[in-house]
Amino acid sequence: MAKERKAFSNLMKAIERGEFVYTGELEPHRSIDLSDVKDWATTLKNTGKIVAANVTDNPRSDSAISSLVAAYLIQRDVGLETIYQLRTADRNRLALLSDILGAAALGLKNILALTGDHTKIGTTPAAKPVFDLDGTQLVALIHSLVYEGKDLDGNEIHGPKPEINVGVAGNPNMDPLEAEVLKLERKAEVGADFVQTQVVFDVEIARKYLRAVEHIGIPVLIGIFPPRSYGQASFFDKYVPGVTVPKEFIEAFKKFNEIEDKARRKEKINEYNVEYFVNFIKEVKKEKACAGIHIMAVGYPDVIGPIIEGVEK
Amino acid sequence: MIITREKPIEEILSYIEPYKKILVVGCDGCVQPPRGLREAEKLASMIEMAKKAKGQEVEVAATTVTRQCCIEGLRNQLKVDGYDALVSMACGIGVQVLTMVFPELPTFPAQNTVFIGYEEKREGNMYEACVACGDCMLGYTGGICPVARCAKGLMNGPCGGCVDGKCEVEVEIRDWKGEVVEVVKNDCAWYLIFNRLKQIGRLDLYRMYRPPKNWALATGPRRL
Ligand code: SF4
Ligand code: SF4
Repeated sequence: MAKERKAFSNLMKAIERGEFVYTGELEPHRSIDLSDVKDWATTLKNTGKIVAANVTDNPRSDSAISSLVAAYLIQRDVGLETIYQLRTADRNRLALLSDILGAAALGLKNILALTGDHTKIGTTPAAKPVFDLDGTQLVALIHSLVYEGKDLDGNEIHGPKPEINVGVAGNPNMDPLEAEVLKLERKAEVGADFVQTQVVFDVEIARKYLRAVEHIGIPVLIGIFPPRSYGQASFFDKYVPGVTVPKEFIEAFKKFNEIEDKARRKEKINEYNVEYFVNFIKEVKKEKACAGIHIMAVGYPDVIGPIIEGVEK
Repeated sequence: MIITREKPIEEILSYIEPYKKILVVGCDGCVQPPRGLREAEKLASMIEMAKKAKGQEVEVAATTVTRQCCIEGLRNQLKVDGYDALVSMACGIGVQVLTMVFPELPTFPAQNTVFIGYEEKREGNMYEACVACGDCMLGYTGGICPVARCAKGLMNGPCGGCVDGKCEVEVEIRDWKGEVVEVVKNDCAWYLIFNRLKQIGRLDLYRMYRPPKNWALATGPRRL
């Protein structure tokens, strides 16, 4: 069902070699100073296990520096491959094409094609939302540029074709799951190379999803977010739409919260995260569709290395 | 039907400040809630009272027409001799057609034109359901419009913002003064589409890829 697929990026090449891959997440702010983001990128790179990292594009419709520019600067200065997130919420098909070609000219090899949150929920609610294309149509546009050297109106691009792999977002928490599976079939049909999912805590939900999309033949990276505190854990439980956090997980964090000694509390939380997510990953790794893990926790280096090592042990 | 909301009376008064003989023109066409003779008379007396309270000399009359969006109908039905300004109770089209037919008079809107929609019942809630995109796709979407009813107007939804069948975007329900009375989450249009297509055994229509829409067909001003 999936379309012609070549591996251009380190990420896709590793997946094609059959490696179990890890990606991380970088969130540049509404600022021209990228130093903290680069620091985090360096930490991710130094794990030696993270093959690439997403660079978010106006996440939650909070305005931020251009993700194209940030993705380029991080890749250049840190030497970690980036996955440039591009949302259709803010750009029409002309602007998208300009940015895709721009990304390819700058040597970016991955784009995550997103529709994006509605502008009304972010920092700039009075903005005119664009949504000229949706995420799926953006995949089609990128695929057409990469393989046909044409946009969706048939306008040819001059010179070499861009070499870009295109990822999409998946939502294992979607109810009914059938709607999500058919949607992913649609995205694969028009040329999606890989999927990164929303945060999942419950291994059963991840497993169900992976089995349901296996027939599509598209590599899936399951999204995880080891929380640093009880506050973060319950935030996911209560406020992140659609994300279910298992009861025992929340209960455990509630207990840690009662530990007075900060260092001790931190140690306990780290231990629990490592154990929980090592087991989680070992389970999802057994599924054929699972090509890797997308670690979304930003600025929590203590557990990333140990989780990955724990899985490999 | 075209749904309109009354403008604040202060705004209407500010438009007609310089004029003494005013005709408020209702519309018996599709505009909802009703904006006919009764409503025109009510606005006329409000204007008169407000102006007189300020000690301004004024004469305000009210009338109505079958529909304000027909040039010929307006020419036949409406007499404006002796007036020096018109106030339209109709949608934005009515205001513009009055302007065309009676170029010698200024015409001012008494309404904010809000959307093309339907109502639950008389004087019930009103819902937007079509934005006149020029290329109706209801045949592929189980009779539920994603252009008007999906907050992002997506062709290949639902997006990740659909949770428990509700849309991530909150919507303000406004009263006829434009005040927010409630903030709610609408049903996700694509969730409705999925369920509808499943119900009629046409999930093939849901599964299919829909290419980008031709927005040139919705780019105005359009003519037929
Ligand atoms: S698809 Fe276009 S014409 Fe059809 S109901 Fe929706 S907006 Fe109106
Ligand atoms: S949640 Fe549904 S209605 Fe809302 S923007 Fe997404 S697809 Fe459209």
